[in-house]
Amino acid sequence: MACASAATAMAAMPTGTSARPAGGEQPVMAKVGLTVNGERRELELDTRTSLLDAAREHLHLTGSKKGCDHGRCGACTMLVDGRRINACLTLAVMYQGSEITTIEGLGQPGDLHPMQAAFIRHDGFQCGFCTPGQICSSVAVLREIEAGIPSHATADLGKVAFSEDEVRERMSGNICRCGAYPNIVAAIREVHEGARG
Amino acid sequence: MKFDTPAGANPIDRLKVVGKPTDRIDGPRKTTGTAPYANDWHDPQSRLAYGYVVGAGIGKGRIAGMDVSRAEAAAGVLAVVTAANAGKLDRGAFYVARALAGPDVDHYHQAVALVVAETFEQARAAAALVRVDYVRSEGVFDLAAAKDTAVAPKAGPFVSPEAKAGDFEAAFATAPVRIDESYGTPDHAHAMMEPHATVASWDGDRLTLWTAIQQMNWGVRDIAKTLGIAKGNVRLVSPFIGGGFGGKGTILSDAVLASLGARAAGRPVKVSLPRPLMFNNVTHRPATIQRIRIGAGPDGRITAIGHESWSGNLPDGPPETATEPTRLLYAGPNRLMRMHLARLDLPEGGAMRAPGEAPGMMALEIAMDEMAERLGMDPVAFRVLNDTQVDPENPRRPFSRRQLVECLRRGAELFGWERRVAKPGQVRDGRWLVGMGMASAIRGAPVMRSAARVRLDGRGMVTVETDMTDIGTGSYTIIAQTAAEMMGLPLDRVVVRLGDSAYPESPGSGGQWGAASSTAGVYAACVKLREAVARRLGFNATDAVFEDGQVRAGNRSEPLVRAAAGGELVAEDGVEYGDLAEWFALQTFGAHFVEVGVDVDTAEVRVRRMLAVCAAGRILSPKAARSQIIGGMTMGIGAALMEELAVDARRGFFVNHDLAGYEVPVHADIPDLQVSFLDEIDPAASPLKAKGVGELGISGAAAAVANAVHNATGVRVRDYPVTLDKLLGGMPEAA
Repeated sequence: MACASAATAMAAMPTGTSARPAGGEQPVMAKVGLTVNGERRELELDTRTSLLDAAREHLHLTGSKKGCDHGRCGACTMLVDGRRINACLTLAVMYQGSEITTIEGLGQPGDLHPMQAAFIRHDGFQCGFCTPGQICSSVAVLREIEAGIPSHATADLGKVAFSEDEVRERMSGNICRCGAYPNIVAAIREVHEGARG
Repeated sequence: MKFDTPAGANPIDRLKVVGKPTDRIDGPRKTTGTAPYANDWHDPQSRLAYGYVVGAGIGKGRIAGMDVSRAEAAAGVLAVVTAANAGKLDRGAFYVARALAGPDVDHYHQAVALVVAETFEQARAAAALVRVDYVRSEGVFDLAAAKDTAVAPKAGPFVSPEAKAGDFEAAFATAPVRIDESYGTPDHAHAMMEPHATVASWDGDRLTLWTAIQQMNWGVRDIAKTLGIAKGNVRLVSPFIGGGFGGKGTILSDAVLASLGARAAGRPVKVSLPRPLMFNNVTHRPATIQRIRIGAGPDGRITAIGHESWSGNLPDGPPETATEPTRLLYAGPNRLMRMHLARLDLPEGGAMRAPGEAPGMMALEIAMDEMAERLGMDPVAFRVLNDTQVDPENPRRPFSRRQLVECLRRGAELFGWERRVAKPGQVRDGRWLVGMGMASAIRGAPVMRSAARVRLDGRGMVTVETDMTDIGTGSYTIIAQTAAEMMGLPLDRVVVRLGDSAYPESPGSGGQWGAASSTAGVYAACVKLREAVARRLGFNATDAVFEDGQVRAGNRSEPLVRAAAGGELVAEDGVEYGDLAEWFALQTFGAHFVEVGVDVDTAEVRVRRMLAVCAAGRILSPKAARSQIIGGMTMGIGAALMEELAVDARRGFFVNHDLAGYEVPVHADIPDLQVSFLDEIDPAASPLKAKGVGELGISGAAAAVANAVHNATGVRVRDYPVTLDKLLGGMPEAA
């Protein structure tokens, strides 16, 4: 791990001069077993591989997007053991034994998750690049509200309830530059109401 | 097909599929992660390598020396591309910045090297081992300081350096009511969610790029020119593009470096620009300084209107054409528009959503608000009074269709504008000062040559192929609607294939020309296919009606599919435009209405409600068109309240070069947005009587927000963005 973290730190300083790993040093590899979209996957990875790159480059699950690679856009959002995470900000080897759900695991064309269908009905996307992250986040946000987890927009911490302000606050880590926000909120509301009714 | 007279009645007018608020046909792929974007591409048969870009660490100067030996020796490294081994590189015909620095560095984060390795992690680590020694030179980075060095830009297809009518100076000097103010708009980043990305693969002399660009024809031209290879040896594939907003007009450094890296490594290479590199490596909307002078009689009629704009760019780069909207928006016999261009050594300034109109209207529509206030007139009434139905520079040239007044009136009614209190700072709602503002919107409706191929197969499916792109605009859907309407089929009988330079040429997505142009090309190809079908089935093509999967004439009817029984029918054609744009001013119009709350203590601004009313010809897909408008409004809110690339004027770069520092609107910033389209068709625009809407929504949007802030607080901010530090000094005393 020492080698990996040193190299990662160096990446931010392209003209740095001090201690560097010797050229030609081989990457540190590690085995990790994950359950991805219900399927057990065994990988041997360079320990510097993010969870996002493990999915995209090693499992060829390219639905999760790399929009910034440092946790600022949300396009890489996945569900790990039921909770959402920015997959670009975490290393795959940390998730031995975890259950990972990517956008591909929520539903497929012809067999859509209700949130995917609602996004289509409400035109909750334009270019579609942030969409997998928006949808994974949306699914998790409804679970978080259901579980009574408060947010900055929660007026009474003891009473967590669905509202559009709650959704806007909780979804604010998922940027949509095309500006589909009102349509995304409408889609989430519809799924929330469908789940209750 | 020639389009040189306004469209008459045609099969599109039936509106069985066109004009319906259909779901996007690419929705199931985009919502399931199965739509392939450029850097999603992989081929199990070929071992992909990864390229990591090293950006220059200085704003201007030259590379005195480079040591790539440690990078080359690092684990997994296959090649290091620099100017020393890249061979001779040209530039494309659109962007002016060079894709690879060396020995000169023209701007900060201009690429100096590409490190190619077996894995992304190895490429990134090795990139950190590239040692560059620079010699810094003096650069010009501050637009305000360089303003006096600005000169008239070169005229070009998108640039009219000066436009005049009457005698502006004399009329302005004698006008009874006048304003003369300066406005500033900062540099903006496209900040599309998909970083610039390319996978490049060589097969002998033939190059294939899976890439993210808006205009395939420009991309083929520019990569061929840059690398010095034949256009015929290049294929570009961009079926899905994760947003562009003008920032992916043609190929950029990712495409050039991936091509060079793939050649050096002898393998396909994937290059994505790291997000923190994007803001200085590629293009941005340039900052402007604008001076607006308006003179009017006491009755509110404009007698003189002058708009000047200063912007900067790298040598050979174009100006920001901020004065363009003022040429056509309001009446007034005496007019003066002038652009000034300074040389700056910042990253390249380029087109971003509604180039010209977006920053121009940010200034003009505040000026109009100020003028209405000075005249003691309502801002809506002031604009209505100064409407014109002809080009003010050339009164013999009418607008093809101009419903600005209708947009203003309907907007005022829908929004409840009559409840606005004209005197600023009067309305309180709890801790919020509440204000309303509005602005007009105008954006050109250009149309360009566009071609398509359509096939009817033995299952009765129609397949459309064109190199048009869908950057989130809805191209897949409106093209399917067009073909379905023309061939008398439901939408699910049409397959659309886009974004491959092997398909017939379109103008791509840009300048709000994509929708009208590409559907016109598909219309032309479908006319040819209808003729082929009619011949096969023994009908006279001009009599035949295509409806419900049948072809009918007289009392005979045949299934459409039967025409392909003997083999697939293929037709290809395109549309070419005559000189209708010289006879008519082709524009789209709108009106924005905004209500903001401004925190009485902190001066934090929140948008509470916003409405746009738009008139843009026939709306092909109301659902996708509404999304385009709210997207423009959202970007307008960003421009009003937060977006600004901060220039380090000593070192010469944009400091806030990631999505943490360059703030764009997030969910919490955007309330529900309302859009209303006027019923309109524009026969002079295209055979579908349609115009684009992709850029109209941002035009005027930011000024409407700024005007609402003024109405809420009484503070007039003329230097965007309208942040709380600019308001705090002038806020009314908190009660």
